[in-house]
Amino acid sequence: MRMDIVIAGVGGQGTVLASRVIAQAALDAGLAVRTSETIGMAQREGTVTSHVRIGEPLYGALIPDGSADVLLGFEMAETARWLHKLKPGGTVLANSARIIPVSVASGRSKYEADTIMEYLRSTTDSLTMLDATELAIKAGNYRATNTVLLGAMSTLPCLPFKSKGLLSALLETIPAKLRDINSRAFELGRQAVEV
Amino acid sequence: MTRKMLLMGNEAIARGAVEAGVQVAAAYPGTPSSEVFSTLARFAEEYDYYAEWSVNEKVALEVAAGAAYAGARAIVSMKQVGLNVAADPLMTLAYIGVKGGLVLVVADDPGPHSSQNEQDTRVFAGLAKLPVFDPASPQEAKDMTIAAFELSERLNLPVFIRPTTRTCHVCQDVVINETGLRNSIGFKKDPSWVIFPSLAYKKHKWLNEQQEAAREIFNESPFNKLELKTRAGIIASGVAYNYVKEALDMLDMEVSVLKIGTPYPLPDKQVLQLLKNTDRVLVIEELEPVVEDQVIAMAWKNGIAAGISGKNDTFVPREGELNVDKVRDILVRYFGLAGSEASQAADDESQAAPGVNRNSDSTPEKPVLPERAPILCAGCPHRASFYIFKETARKDDAVFTGDIGCYTLGVMPPLSAMDTCLCMGASVTIASGMAAVEKDRKHIAFLGDSTFFHTGLAGLINAVYNNSDITLVVLDNRTTAMTGHQPHPGLNRTATGMNEKHIDIAGVARAVGVELVREVDPYDLEAAREAAIAAVAHKGVSVVIMKRECIAIVKTVKKCTVDTEKCIGCKKCMNDLGCPALVPDGDKVAIGNTCNGCNVCGQICPVGAIGEVVL
Repeated sequence: MRMDIVIAGVGGQGTVLASRVIAQAALDAGLAVRTSETIGMAQREGTVTSHVRIGEPLYGALIPDGSADVLLGFEMAETARWLHKLKPGGTVLANSARIIPVSVASGRSKYEADTIMEYLRSTTDSLTMLDATELAIKAGNYRATNTVLLGAMSTLPCLPFKSKGLLSALLETIPAKLRDINSRAFELGRQAVEV
Repeated sequence: MTRKMLLMGNEAIARGAVEAGVQVAAAYPGTPSSEVFSTLARFAEEYDYYAEWSVNEKVALEVAAGAAYAGARAIVSMKQVGLNVAADPLMTLAYIGVKGGLVLVVADDPGPHSSQNEQDTRVFAGLAKLPVFDPASPQEAKDMTIAAFELSERLNLPVFIRPTTRTCHVCQDVVINETGLRNSIGFKKDPSWVIFPSLAYKKHKWLNEQQEAAREIFNESPFNKLELKTRAGIIASGVAYNYVKEALDMLDMEVSVLKIGTPYPLPDKQVLQLLKNTDRVLVIEELEPVVEDQVIAMAWKNGIAAGISGKNDTFVPREGELNVDKVRDILVRYFGLAGSEASQAADDESQAAPGVNRNSDSTPEKPVLPERAPILCAGCPHRASFYIFKETARKDDAVFTGDIGCYTLGVMPPLSAMDTCLCMGASVTIASGMAAVEKDRKHIAFLGDSTFFHTGLAGLINAVYNNSDITLVVLDNRTTAMTGHQPHPGLNRTATGMNEKHIDIAGVARAVGVELVREVDPYDLEAAREAAIAAVAHKGVSVVIMKRECIAIVKTVKKCTVDTEKCIGCKKCMNDLGCPALVPDGDKVAIGNTCNGCNVCGQICPVGAIGEVVL
């Protein structure tokens, strides 16, 4: 069983926590795992990615272009930016919410949301979008956006571990006082994509 | 059953040190190395060893060396440029040697992702004539740390571990073992601890002999592995080995591969075995041709005619980091395989997603995406400090010299508040140098609180002593923010707990003779403005301490809101501050989720349209 997952987002959205939780769930399921994360300067509102690789054979932690089974997008434009990581027929699960960068706010760059959305739709076979930020606010805090997306991801049939395993890895990783909000966020994410 | 834990490479190195019975740990933070020591600090009490965040890397290495003189196992960690600061003790410590094992973890940052240069610590290890391990994974980093302590005591030399970002910040399921025995402590007085010209000559000879001893030991090291298969071979060092193995799988190729885990001094046994059994060899490593040049020397010395390729004939880039895609392209080119163009196109972001529709002519091109460079966080107090000094001095074309930290992001538009950045502590000294030759211009230096103690203080004393006409702004956010919020001497906190003492920056500035010292809260724009005006007008050295905690370490208790009735859509807040919480909302401005209620925007709004809400 081999699985490569790329998480793309904006520094501050909790992509590092998300990749750790997925990796812990894989480890709990007895699988070999590697993650690679963006830590350092880019964490300050820059574009960030986490790579999670599960199962043997496992070499480096960086996922080559065109080979991710799943692209988990935390932000719409960032999902498009890292789409080249996805393998043909791969699954995209993404937040439809946008984070407007300062470059756009101060007029040095453009965020053409409709064009980006159309690009995502027309180039992927399996695309699911949900407003994870809105659901996180509903769960109690916008910061739980990452958990909503993990909840949504937990419904994918191709995962090498159970949905429950992902949730318990999450709850063990975060501080006790945040468990209620995150349990709710995880469930809202699940419900949003379940058919 | 073996116990496995998900560990980051840096945590794995720390775990290796704990298992090796480490007794002293010292460090100065720097990405990508910081978590080595933060992890060691966390476990210091449980495993009973001494751990300190030192004020800089030179100090950290000397503290560790002192402990190792006394027989302790000591570890010191830093990023690649930190080693420059520690270079002075390092170069002579190699001559003096150690008694207890001394391991230097120096993290390199090919890319670079979070550094001011791409220097290769393996070259530095060669210059200092010290052995170096180059781990390919967190598990290997842990195993190498234990091996490095043993090697250090066997050779009586400090030993390097040189992980790169893709080992430091990679997590893996790592095997956890028991902890080892401790060394007995006791410094034995002996003239050989005192470096002196006549001793240095003898020690230099000894150090050179230790090179060959290290090479012999590395010849038997499990971290180097030769798989002989074909008459063509690849030698790969560190993380590059992972990329080579995966690229070979992708290309469905089998060739001879020599994995190198100890790049200096390069073990000759397996290299010569490979060279004698192949017609040509490609060396793949990140940054400098450290392994490659040694392979060339070995081939020449042994009269072997095998072709040796790599960086010297431009097959392998010398800049940036490698990955599977790049290595696959290198292999395709080196072995003359077809199909390299398609994968090269994949590197170009403007191209259509290659994995998705590689063979389709109708694939839409990737649209133009918004630029998203890193910037100061919403509510970062540095933004207010830069805003005030721009307002005070930019109209007179003052030069803002910068330094290393989060505040380097002050260079990003629309703030654009940094004109120079070189290395730790250089803001104040570069300003002094400019002030010496630009008498009619204002020179304002910006540096952080941790940087002040690291190497800024010497520059400040120098400026006072030499009557420099500069203003130093200490952006005191009560932490070492960029690297993960480590403590520093200005706080009542050490690496392992609370501290009764703290060193007051304003007091230090006054004590060294600065005549104008002001300490203000940058969120209070009026007070900050008054201090800035006074400091800039002052002839001689002035110091303004902009004191306000980093927003990442305080709880958000309020937010700002825009009264859309009052907002006139002038966008002054967005355009002057560039705060990511300020976003366009039609013709007006809205405030996003990340606002922490600093209310700096509220203070500059010309119509008073921004107010605060307590959460």
